[in-house]
Amino acid sequence: MALGKKHPNRLGIAGWLAGGRYGGERYLYTLHRLTGLGILLYFALHILVNLSRVFGRESWDSLMAIFESPAFKIGEFLVFAAFAYHAFNGIRLVLIELGLPFAVGRAEEPVYPYKSSLNVQRKLAVMVILAAALLVVVGGYDLFILGH
Amino acid sequence: MSTQSQNHQVVFHVRRYDPDHDAAPAWKDYRVPVPPGMTVLDGLHYIKEHFDGTLAWRFSCRMGVCGSCAMLINGMARLACNTQILDVSRTALTIAPLPNYEIIKDLVPDLAPMFAHHASMKPWLIREDRDEILNPTGEYKQTREELEQYIQFTNCIKCGACLAACPTVATDPTYPGPMALAQAYRFCVDSRDGGLEERRDALDTPHGLYRCHYAGECSRVCPKGVDPARAIQLMKRNLVFSYLKLVRRREPSQLLTGPVPGAERRSEIPAPPPFTVEGAGDEA
Repeated sequence: MALGKKHPNRLGIAGWLAGGRYGGERYLYTLHRLTGLGILLYFALHILVNLSRVFGRESWDSLMAIFESPAFKIGEFLVFAAFAYHAFNGIRLVLIELGLPFAVGRAEEPVYPYKSSLNVQRKLAVMVILAAALLVVVGGYDLFILGH
Repeated sequence: MSTQSQNHQVVFHVRRYDPDHDAAPAWKDYRVPVPPGMTVLDGLHYIKEHFDGTLAWRFSCRMGVCGSCAMLINGMARLACNTQILDVSRTALTIAPLPNYEIIKDLVPDLAPMFAHHASMKPWLIREDRDEILNPTGEYKQTREELEQYIQFTNCIKCGACLAACPTVATDPTYPGPMALAQAYRFCVDSRDGGLEERRDALDTPHGLYRCHYAGECSRVCPKGVDPARAIQLMKRNLVFSYLKLVRRREPSQLLTGPVPGAERRSEIPAPPPFTVEGAGDEA
């Protein structure tokens, strides 16, 4: 056997979504990263758009006219949805990373069938999904129905 | 009816790779008769004995202790010896080497990077009394409560399933991974250890502890109930609290000492019963 010749098998970005037959928290993890990147992208665009004020009122008004289009309205809604999820899941992660007993439980001698911190934090995960969904619905109503 | 015909026929889709002949891994199918109770490891032995003697995988103890036979079974990192085929599927199994490690051959992953990360965490008791560590004269004091802080994490068998399941490891080879981080916590929280500051440099890096955003997959796949995700979060808390000086600095526990010479028994404590074997207490 040719010693030293090995085949790479790192999953890369595919590992965020298609790592195997795994659980819901993996997808919360992936969504947290994607929404974080999305908000960062929005933040960069936001700075650039505000920068257009430097070039005078006409430049600003023409840009604002573009943002009135339905495509940007949907984009705005996606940014809001990303923010809603990222904010609530961020709070969940802070509570988990503080190692609080109600978030990750206490270390204990494992007895089969094993229970893990996943079981302890599950209620937080459900609360994050419900709170984010509620905020997204309210935001969608405000944006698309009331038209603010 | 013969025993053979009573068995389920399960198709094993096995990912094969021979570094001498193959440019890339390829799938190969084997039909295996599966009686109740047969493990995936038994199935692989059946393939090796009946179909293809060149099939390679790692195994040793056959009972979930050595951690050699972790592989990706129907999309989930598990121990082949610990997994009964019919618990997973009655028709087909896909078996691949653990992802996130290079493949040496067939189902054999190269675990060396995981062990390198493990070694970087200094997984041993760090103390100043090195002479006592090298030539022990007694035991260090530790209460039951102190033991319970870390005993869960001592069950790790270094099978590597947690790194195969971790999405952070999937994109960041410099991230130490759940096993190494959990073992760092296991030693840092041990009342006999005083090495938190020595391990801080390995833990607190841009690619270190804080890359974990709690996907929890390591704890889901761990075959020994170690819960590395919990250890990582508790390690984060320890690092932050120690940085903010919110915890009192703890000195490593000292050697247990016997009674003070000349001490007398308190009257309310009864004497031990006499030895039942003649001459048993003579040397005391």
